[in-house]
Amino acid sequence: MVKKVLEGSHAVAEAVKLCKPDVISAYPITPQTHIIERLSEFHADGELGNCQFIRVESEHSAMSVCLGASLVGARAYSASTSQGLALMYEVLFNVAGLRQPVVMTTANRALSAPINIWNDWQDAISARDSGWIQLYAENAQEAVDYTIQAFKIAESHDILLPAMVCIDGFVITHTYEVVDIPSQEDVDAFLPKKVPYLPLDPENPIGYGMIGTPEVYEETRYLIQETMEKAKKKIVEVGQEFEKKFGRPQGGLIDTYKLEDAEVAILSMGAILQTMREVVDNLREEGVPVGLIKVKSYRPFPKDEIRKAVEGLKAIAVIDRDISLGHEGALFTDVKSALYGSGERPLVKGYIAALGGRDFPETTVRKIVDDIIKVAKEGKVDKEVEWPDLRREIL
Amino acid sequence: MKEIRIHGRGGQGSVTAAELLAVAAFEDGYYSQAFPVFGVERRGAPVMAFTRVDEKPIRVRYQVYTPDYVMVQDPTLIPAGIDVLAGLKPGGMVIVNTARKPEEVGLKAENVEILTINATRIALKHIGRPITNTTMLGAFAGATGLVSLDSVIKAIEERFTDKLREVNVAAIKEAYEAIRG
Repeated sequence: MVKKVLEGSHAVAEAVKLCKPDVISAYPITPQTHIIERLSEFHADGELGNCQFIRVESEHSAMSVCLGASLVGARAYSASTSQGLALMYEVLFNVAGLRQPVVMTTANRALSAPINIWNDWQDAISARDSGWIQLYAENAQEAVDYTIQAFKIAESHDILLPAMVCIDGFVITHTYEVVDIPSQEDVDAFLPKKVPYLPLDPENPIGYGMIGTPEVYEETRYLIQETMEKAKKKIVEVGQEFEKKFGRPQGGLIDTYKLEDAEVAILSMGAILQTMREVVDNLREEGVPVGLIKVKSYRPFPKDEIRKAVEGLKAIAVIDRDISLGHEGALFTDVKSALYGSGERPLVKGYIAALGGRDFPETTVRKIVDDIIKVAKEGKVDKEVEWPDLRREIL
Repeated sequence: MKEIRIHGRGGQGSVTAAELLAVAAFEDGYYSQAFPVFGVERRGAPVMAFTRVDEKPIRVRYQVYTPDYVMVQDPTLIPAGIDVLAGLKPGGMVIVNTARKPEEVGLKAENVEILTINATRIALKHIGRPITNTTMLGAFAGATGLVSLDSVIKAIEERFTDKLREVNVAAIKEAYEAIRG
């Protein structure tokens, strides 16, 4: 393992290289570009072995290439974001429906219009029902670690579902930070060559992509859903195996921070958690009983883990960098639905923040913590959803 | 934790400077982080880039609002209305690339140290182009001691090869000595 200062995108490219994909297909789009630029440099320099880097005219084609490649047994990788992911949308469902363990990086970015190249989670959140596993990384190190684990989780023959590693655009992709890059030897031992499950082979012809009539379609959904449940265990197991091999804690489906003896907690995903951890430390020194819950796996959603984590809490603040327009933040909805069937139900309040690249400084976190403490004290949620940094003066 | 903000114009290599500074700090045994104001890099337009340096892993991910140090690569940003002193911590330091003296750069602030260095002249002399980002890092190392000259040179050596490496190192050394007086 070598520690160095790397741009997040370049760190991800290093991780992908270590996983020895057979096929990479992607279309450049900000803020994903540096990942595939670096991979194509590796390819041009002969550092990717026999990997084929297949250039395409769109993201729809990129994911279609990955699907086809995976069907003939290749380890396939792509990366995209925002409008690009939206253009892939149709194929995402096909990849999951055909049970192909493609891995992709989503450099999370807002969706148009108005056009906005900056970071929020709307792109991946809008693809949450596609049957892809979604893991959200906090920093470049986790982006590297989750990428390597994603192949292993996805390709397990008891899973066979595609996996998406979500990393905040710019905030992770374009930030230089200290990253520990594992050695090829260690990654080879952790992630052996892909063993294809029923690949397309002219010697042994089989068919994929047949029509699923009303007699069988519902069962295909049931099986993916059942596998998502299995994936919960698999994600934890692979994380533990990774931790053992590489020495870095990987958490479970969620991670908790200073939750013991906490009265309130702030819950979110991705890079903003890093700032939130800092604020939790500072507030703890000031005597504020606040903890943190990180959702690492958004799909499958860690219902049981969240139920357990909130035991004893009076109130939790859920921070969404997305909105299901016409309702509320998607994570907020999911957290509430997870708690509905539970005996232990703290008050839950949603906060929509940091959309389209709006900065998320310590002051915003403090504002949210102050508010959720007020909710806990009063014993009721005054207003279900708050937009703490909304610029009302320009509305 | 020490926070640094670099002001420049698109094309002057401010983002590269922030990144090289992060590499130099890492060479000195610190954790570091560098990033630009995202998505605004147009040639000639005012840009900012940030570096954080700390003894422990750096978690905060928002922009730098209260820097300990500021570097100004282009003195025309000041009369153009860019508030390069914004949020500068008391006792902080600003280093401006200019041929003028500190009291002549149009900056007024109490409890802030203003230093100037003619980085353009030094860059032209050694590199042959008015690209001052590496030269400013030499001045920064000399003025602040936050990173060592050796580590700045190491960062340059990792980034550049051959002639370019040589001329940048020469510029850095001259700026380092010049600002130390």
